[in-house]
Order: sequence, then structure tokens, then C-alpha cells
Amino acid sequence: MSTQPIQPAVRHGEPLLAVRDLRVTFGRRGEEPFRAVDGVSFDVRPGQTVGLVGESGCGKSVTSLAIMGLLPTRGNTVEGTAVFDGEDLLSLSAQQMRDRRGADIAMIFQDPLSSLNPVIQIGRQVTEVMERHQGLSRKEAMPKAAELLERVGIPDPRARLANYPHQLSGGMRQRALIAMALACQPRLLIADEPTTALDVTIQAQILALLKDLVVETGTAMVMITHDLGVVAGLCDEVNVLYGGKIVERGTRHGLFARPRHPYTVGLLDSIPRLDAPRGEALSPIPGSVADNLPWDSACAFAPRCSNALDVCVEKTPAWEGDDVVGLRCFNPMGVSR
Amino acid sequence: MSDQSPQQTPARTSYADRRKQRLDALARASADEEGGVSLIVSAWRRLRRNPVFLVGLAITITFVVLAVIAPWLAPYDPAARPLLDDIRPQTNPVPGPEPGHPLGGDDKGRDLLSRLLVGSQQTLMVGVLATLFGLLGGVTLGTVAGAFAGWVDSLVMRVVDVMLSIPSLLLAFTIAALASRPSQWTLIIAIATVQVPIFARLLRGSMLGQRASDHVLAARSLGVKPHAIVFRHMLPNALGPVIVQATLVLAVAIIDAAALSFLGLGNPDDRRPEWGQMLGAAQPYLGQEPHLAFYPAACIIVVALGFTLMGESLREALDPKTRR
Ligand SMILES: Nc1ncnc2c1ncn2[C@@H]1O[C@H](COP(=O)(O)OP(=O)(O)OP(=O)(O)O)[C@@H](O)[C@H]1O
Ligand code: SF4
Ligand SMILES: [Mg+2]
Repeated sequence: MSTQPIQPAVRHGEPLLAVRDLRVTFGRRGEEPFRAVDGVSFDVRPGQTVGLVGESGCGKSVTSLAIMGLLPTRGNTVEGTAVFDGEDLLSLSAQQMRDRRGADIAMIFQDPLSSLNPVIQIGRQVTEVMERHQGLSRKEAMPKAAELLERVGIPDPRARLANYPHQLSGGMRQRALIAMALACQPRLLIADEPTTALDVTIQAQILALLKDLVVETGTAMVMITHDLGVVAGLCDEVNVLYGGKIVERGTRHGLFARPRHPYTVGLLDSIPRLDAPRGEALSPIPGSVADNLPWDSACAFAPRCSNALDVCVEKTPAWEGDDVVGLRCFNPMGVSR
Repeated sequence: MSDQSPQQTPARTSYADRRKQRLDALARASADEEGGVSLIVSAWRRLRRNPVFLVGLAITITFVVLAVIAPWLAPYDPAARPLLDDIRPQTNPVPGPEPGHPLGGDDKGRDLLSRLLVGSQQTLMVGVLATLFGLLGGVTLGTVAGAFAGWVDSLVMRVVDVMLSIPSLLLAFTIAALASRPSQWTLIIAIATVQVPIFARLLRGSMLGQRASDHVLAARSLGVKPHAIVFRHMLPNALGPVIVQATLVLAVAIIDAAALSFLGLGNPDDRRPEWGQMLGAAQPYLGQEPHLAFYPAACIIVVALGFTLMGESLREALDPKTRR
């Protein structure tokens, strides 16, 4: 509740991570190249939580993997910069990037079962990070691992150290993964749909845990999700991604109170609401990403857009705004909601 | 030709393609299951009630136990010639059954039962050692190929696929025949060499599956070093299908060992009996005394059948296609 960072100070601080014009293109020689991320720019300031929101396939995971240097070594090209703490991550060597991962930047993934090594005990998986980055022996790291498990809300942490992943529930596994990611106090945590694979009640617990942890430790977070509901409770700033481009950006309050891009409005309308009249159907966005036009010569969203004008299929809408608020649309929604 | 993902051509698949497809299907089993250990555990749950598997298991266990205790079980030294006096070169070249010698003797007056029993030891040793060495070589190559993608992988797999395209017995025969003095060890090395590409392709396939897995991505996201990724996170989870294949390979190794010994490419010293070698020695008497060939042949067939039944049902239990 008192989790709001002091807005002005944070806003004018140096960004911890500044992503500029990130482009990721898939395709080997002889294949039609596919641009999954198409000129994405955003900032994350220290201690801030930034949302990256969009439907499946819009490039959220590829963006985060590119920043982490985790895309396959072949079959794709990454352009642009991602400056973290004064260093462009995208131009670091593989070895330098390995030293950053887990220590300065960590990531948690969507599926907590498959993200743990099935044949290694939880304790060893947690200590592995500390052995790697803090030079601890396993013996020294074990008590710290137990503390970490306790901090992420795993009951009876000492006994859990000897468990294998399949002996833990889904929520416990995600807590263990969060413990691993935060073991070396990284300054940035990228969470890629961390609750999608979990039950609704567990989802809320994990989100609350993440919120507590980032506030407590001052870790900045990039929260990737297709669910604006998650963003509403967690993020200071939100980027809405469509077809590999950011189409709208705003502060949490601004975006929810006055969404301007037709796609953002569509996303908001498809959130189930407790206060909605009973029986009123949700209105999902018509069509699918398969209908997208190429960004080069149109607005990719035009075929699904209720506000589309003629110009929308003739030119690329330009980005109008800055690193805090912005929009990419010829005919934004004007009415306040 | 040497496409890494063999296309399903319904019309005519070559010997090499069929072998590769089988291996790749088995390798895939590890990718979509939780991992090596649980792969075996879940397979066991399905296998416990499978009669084919249980028969194979029973045969295998009987054979292994017999081989281990053979020296104490055998009534005679396999090299001793207690029936020498019964041999009449013209009328009775092979002594028949008599009290104390239920199966009779061989053409040199040695107790046949004792030789069969002790012979199981040689067969087991050749089979197990050949499989073990093959496993060692194959796992090394497969790990190298799966760990370093790129040209190392391409190079290793090119060699492996060429070896796979040669029928295994022919290849083993060629290698064994290259040895100036045939022995136990040339036999083992020849058969092991033939198994190397099988294990290599299999392991490389499941290593690639692991490389693309979520938990390896998660480990990389924590900065885990490449050697730890390979040996701690990929290899232990990729070994499941290799273990299954090892039981199948044991059956093949035993048959191949017998075949090569029969052709005189094994241990030439017949004081240490081996089933294939006994079969070869029985050749001159095939007309009058067929039992001399029948017993070792039956032993080879039954034991190979045991391993095959066990291995095939294990493979079936792990095959994603037959499982669901
Ligand atoms: N290795 C790859 N090779 C080719 N295309 C890829 C690869 N990885 C992702 N893509 C493509 O890039 C696009 C963006 O994928 P991405 O995984 O970032 O989507 P996402 O927004 O994370 O979706 P989801 O909500 O389903 O996770 C998709 O169309 C996908 O097909
Ligand atoms: S640019 Fe045109 S098509 Fe695209 S979202 Fe805006 S109004 Fe709709
Ligand atoms: Mg994703």
C-alpha cells in the first residue's frame, strides 16, 4: 500500500536499464526473416516495476531473452542496445554476460515445474547460484539457502532443501525459483509470466510475494504478462506491446484511467471484473495476431481495430511521446473511462 | 542424405534411415518426460504388469545368476577331459549322455554341461564389456556433439551416421578381422566400436532436447557455467534413453559375439569355452551329433531373446507414441 516509490525522484533518476530500439529477427539464410521484436525502447529505473503487456506472440519473451543474452546463438539477429548500469548488455561477451546473469540481473519463468532440474535437490539448486557468483562453498551456502526459502514463504525450509522438485507443489516450486533468482541480490529481476501456470489463489500469493520482495530489497522488476490485472496491482509503469512494437506507455494510474490506444482499451475490456453486471459478456478483441499487417506500411493492429482510418493501412503510425508516456496511433480513443 | 531430422518417406526407407529414426524416437522420449530418473521410474510402473517384460527379466536374471555362480555349479573343469576314454574316432567320436554327464561330452571328451555353464561367463563378459566400452565411447561422443553445437556436432554426427549406415555385424566382422591375432579383446573392441555410433546418436538427440529445455534455460539465466550446464543439468537428464538402449545393445552384443566366435574371430583357446566358439567346433558333427550345436545355439537364442524382450518392452514403455 505504501509501496509507491516517490514519483518525481524516481522518474528523473538515471535508468538502471535503458533498452533502445531493440530488434530481434529470426530466420536462417534462405528463409523469410521474421521480426519478433521491432524497435522496442523502454527504461527501468532503480526500484521501479515496469510492466510489459501484450497478447501471446507479441514478443514479450523474446524481448526479455534478448536482454538476458539467452537467445540461441544461431538463427537470429539482435540489434539495438540495452544499457544496464552504463554497460550495453548486447555488446558484452558471452563470458561477461554470464557473470552478470544471476548476480546483477535474474529472471523467473512461466512454468515452475519444468524450470527446475528434476534430478537435483532444491537445496543444491539454490546454493548453485551462490557458489557461482559469491564464491561460497556449498556448506557455507546451505544455511543461506534455508534462509532464502524461508523468506520466500516456504514452510519448513530445512527439510525442503533435500526435496526434489516433483515433491513440491506448483506454488512452492515458483517460490523456490524466486529464491534462486534473488539469491545474489540482483538489481533487476525479469519475471516472464511468473503466475500463468499457477492456480488463481496461488497466483495472488506469488504476486504479493514478488511485490513484497522487490519493495523490501529495492530490486527493479520487469513484469511480463498478458494480464492487465497483474499489472494493475504491481507496476509503476506499463508498456503495451503489439506485434513487436510498443503501442502505448503510461503510468499505471494514467493508463488505467485514460487508455488511449484502441488495443489497450481492448485489453482492459477483456479483464474479468468483479463489479461488472452479472451475465455481461466480456468483450475480447476480435480477430487474432494472425491478421496482423506488416508494421512497415501500416498499423499492424488495423484489421482488428474498431477505430481504424484509411491512413492506418497506408502508413506506419509514429511513436509520439517520451520515456514515461507515449502512444503509437492515428486515431486514439478520446473519451475518458 | 544425412539430414539431421530424418524425413518420413513412406515409399522406401533405407536401413540407415530406419536405424536413425528408431534412435531419434527414443531420444525424444527423454525430452518430454520430466527427466532421466523419473523416466525410468514411470516406465517401471507401466512395466511391472507387462508379461513380455517379466519373461525377459526372468531369463536375464537366470542367465546372469548362472554365469556368476557357474564355476561352483559346473560339475567338471571345462578344460578337463573325463570322457576321453569313451571316444572311438570311427564309431563314437562324441560321447553321449551317461550318469554324471547328463548332456554327454564334446569331441575332446570334455563334459558338455560344464562347458555350457562356464561358457555363459564368457558370453556375459564379452557382452557386458563390449556394451560398457560402447557406452563409454558413445556417451563421450554424444556429449561432445550435444554440448558443442555447430561444426563439432556436424563433424561427429557425420562420422556417426556413416558408421550407422553399415550393417553392424558386417562392421564388427571387418574390425575383428583386422586384428592379427584374434582374442577375447579384439572381439570386445570390435563389438564395442559398432555400438559407439548407436549410443552417440541417441545421447546427442536427448542432449539437444535438454539444451532446449526450460530448466537448462533457467540455469543459464542464473549464469551457471557451460561445463556445469552440460554435466550437471543436461547429461544426467539425457541418460534415460541411453540406459534403455544399453539393454537392447546387450542382446545384440551377445549375438554378434557368438557370430564372430563361430567364425573363428574370437578367443581361439578352447579351454575357456564360449558359446559361439562351441557352436563353431560342433560344425563337423552337425550330421550325426546335432545336439552338440543345438545346446550352445539354444543358449545364445534364449539369452538374446531375454534381453530383447526386456529392452523392447522398456523402449515401448518409454515411446511417447505407444504410451498414450
Ligand atoms: N526461436 C525462435 N525462432 C523463430 N521464431 C521465434 C522463436 N522464438 C520466438 N519466435 C516467435 O517470436 C514471436 C514472439 O514470441 P514470444 O515468445 O516473445 O511471445 P510472447 O509474447 O512471449 O508470447 P507468450 O505469451 O505466448 O509467451 C512469436 O511469433 C514466435 O513464434
Ligand atoms: S493506428 Fe489506426 S488501426 Fe492502429 S490502433 Fe490506431 S486507430 Fe487503430
Ligand atoms: Mg512468453
